[in-house]
Amino acid sequence: MTDIKEIIDFLKNYDGQEITLMEVCGTHTAAISENGIQDIISDKIKLVSGPGCPVCVTTSAYIDRLNELACEEKTCVVTFGDMIRVRGSQKSLRDISAEGGNIHMIYSPLEIIDLALSDTDTTYVFAAVGFETTTPIYAILIEEIIKRDIKNIKLLTALKTMPQAIRTVYNKGKAIDGFIAPGHVSVITGSKEFEPLAKELSVPFVVSGFEGEELVASIYALVKSRDKGTVINLYKSFVSENGNEEARNLVSKYFEPCDAAWRGMGIIPDSGMCLKKEFEIYDAGSRELVADNIFNKKCCCGNVVAGIMSPVQCSLYGKECTPQTPQGACMVSTEGSCYHYYMNRRRGL
Amino acid sequence: MKITLAHGSGGLSTGELIDEIFASRFSNPVLDKMEDSAVIPGAGTIAMTTDSFVVDPVVFPGGDIGRLAVCGTVNDLLMRCARPKYLTCGFILEEGVDSELLAEVVTSMADTAKEAGVIIVAGDTKVIEGNGGFYINTAGVGFVDDGVSCESANCKDGDVIIVSGNLGDHHAAILSNRMHIENNIASDVAPLNDMVFNMINDGVNIHALRDITRGGLGTILNELADASGTQMDIYEEKLPIDKEVEGFCKILGLDPMYMGNEGKLALVVPAEDADRALNIIRNSKYGESAAVIGNVVSGSGVVMHTKLGGRRGIGVLVGEGLPRIC
Repeated sequence: MTDIKEIIDFLKNYDGQEITLMEVCGTHTAAISENGIQDIISDKIKLVSGPGCPVCVTTSAYIDRLNELACEEKTCVVTFGDMIRVRGSQKSLRDISAEGGNIHMIYSPLEIIDLALSDTDTTYVFAAVGFETTTPIYAILIEEIIKRDIKNIKLLTALKTMPQAIRTVYNKGKAIDGFIAPGHVSVITGSKEFEPLAKELSVPFVVSGFEGEELVASIYALVKSRDKGTVINLYKSFVSENGNEEARNLVSKYFEPCDAAWRGMGIIPDSGMCLKKEFEIYDAGSRELVADNIFNKKCCCGNVVAGIMSPVQCSLYGKECTPQTPQGACMVSTEGSCYHYYMNRRRGL
Repeated sequence: MKITLAHGSGGLSTGELIDEIFASRFSNPVLDKMEDSAVIPGAGTIAMTTDSFVVDPVVFPGGDIGRLAVCGTVNDLLMRCARPKYLTCGFILEEGVDSELLAEVVTSMADTAKEAGVIIVAGDTKVIEGNGGFYINTAGVGFVDDGVSCESANCKDGDVIIVSGNLGDHHAAILSNRMHIENNIASDVAPLNDMVFNMINDGVNIHALRDITRGGLGTILNELADASGTQMDIYEEKLPIDKEVEGFCKILGLDPMYMGNEGKLALVVPAEDADRALNIIRNSKYGESAAVIGNVVSGSGVVMHTKLGGRRGIGVLVGEGLPRIC
C-alpha cells in the first residue's frame, strides 16, 4: 500500500509523458480547486473539467421557459440557488424576480410540497435539473405528489445521464487519458456503469470520493493505469459495483430515457430522462427545450464543459466575466469550472 | 394577542404596546423619562454604528432576533476597540405578530443588553401590513480609550491572525432550522465584550479586529488585505470548525470559509503579542476554541495553504449566499 505522502511525491515529481485527466463531476471540480491539488502535482499532469455541473450544461431555452413560467398568473417557479443567476437568451430568474416574477428558492426538493399545500391556487413548478444522483429524489417527489393527490406541483425537467455525454466529450474534445468518474452518480449507477466505456475508449476510469486525499489517490491510480480500459473503484465505502437498484427502479417507474440538449454540445441521443407519457400531467413543458441562444456569444462555457478549453483561455474570463458579472453558466455555478478557476485561482493549462 | 395596525397608530394602543412589551423590560433612568430623545453623559472619542436585523426564523437554536440585534451592534462597536454604552432600537412589526413571541424576544434583548453592559436609551415601533414577521434596527454608541486605535488598515507584514472560535455555527444553525434538519448545531450569537476588554486592559497591541458575520472569514480576510495592502496567509489545518458543522457543510456542499457567525472575531496582532492574545481569548467568555490561523505577509489577497500542501486562493463571497441570516 502506497501512503499519501509517497503518492503526492510521485505526482509532484512526475516527469513522464504528458497526461490529461478529466474530472467529470462538478463537485470534484470544486474539491480539486478547494484542496489546491493542481498546485501540488506536476505540470505534466493536466486536469480538465467535464460536463458534470448540471447548471452549466443547461440550455438557454430551458431557462427562458422557467422565466416565462415565473411570469404566468398563479404560477411560482421553485429552484435551487445556483439556477437563479444563470441567464437564458436574455434574462436570469433573478432578473425576472426583480421585475415581479414569482420565484422561490429552496434547499431540498421536498420543500415544494409544503409550499404547494399552503397555497393550492398557485401551481408550483420545480426546476428539476440534475444527473443520475438527483433523479431518484424527483421520483420520490412524484410518488409523494400522487400519493397525497397534490394537483398543483409540476416539474420542468432537464435531467441528464452521464455515459453518452462522456463518450461525446471524448470524441469531440482534446485527447483525454483518463476520467475521474463522478462519485455521487456512481452511488446510484454502480461502478460497472463505466466498464463498457472504459473498454471502448481504452482509457481508465477511477470512481473517486471527494476528500483531497481521495482525489490525489484517484489521480495517482489514473496515471498508473494509463491506456488501460479499466474501472477502478476507490470510493467503495459508498459505491458498489451494482449501485442502488432500488433507486434506479423508482426512477424507471416514472421516467424514461430520452435525447437531451447540452449547452455547447447540442442534442446527445439517449442522454436524458423525461417523465413517462402517463405522468405527463406533472410536466411543465420540458420536451423540445433544445435551443441554446447564449446571452454572450463570446462565452466559451460550451467548450469548457467539454474539456476543450481552459476557463482562462476564454477572452471574457476575468474581464467581462467574473462571478459578480457572469456571462455564462460556468461562472455562476458553485460547481462551475470558471467559477472555481476565478475564486481559487486554479492554474490554467 | 395579535399586533394590529392600531398598535402603530401613535395613539392609545401604541402606548399600551410600549408599556406592556417594551418599557418594563428595557427600563432604565434615561429611557424611563419617555422624552423625544435621550440626553446622556459621555465625552472623548465616540464610536457609533447601526445595523438592521431581518433573520428568518426570529427564534432559532442558540438565540433569537432580539439577542442578535444587541450582539450585532455591540460587536460592531467592540471591533473598533470601543466600550459599548448606549443602544437605540427600532421595531418594525407586521400586523399579526404574536405579542407573546414579541415579549419573549424583547426579554431576550433586555437580558443580552445587560450581559453586554449597555442600556437601551431610545426606541421606536411601527406597524405595517404583512404576515406576522418583524424586524429590528439597533444603533449603538461606545467610547474608545485614549491612545487606542484599531482598524483594518493597520495590518502589517509579520502580524499573526487569530480567530476566536469555531467557524460557521450561526449560519449552519439557521440553515438547519430552515431545512427542518434536526441536529445539535446552535447559533454562536454572543456579545464579545469580555475577550475584547481583557485584551485592551492587558495592553495587547491590537492592529485590527473584525467580527465574522455575513460573507464569512474568507470575505473579512479579503477586506483586511485590501485595506492594509497586505496578503493574508492561512492554514486549513488550523481553522477551528466544529465536527458537526463540518459534516453538515460537507453534505450540503457549503464552505465554512464563507459562512457567517454572530459571536466570533478575527484578530490581527504583532507576532510578539500573539501568544498572550490567544491565551486571553481562550480564557474569556465565548473564546475557548480560539486558534492562531495564519500570518500577514507582503503581497495581496488571501491564500489558504491546504492540508494536502497545495495553495488555494480565497476570493470574496459572491452570489446569493443564504438570505436573512441576521
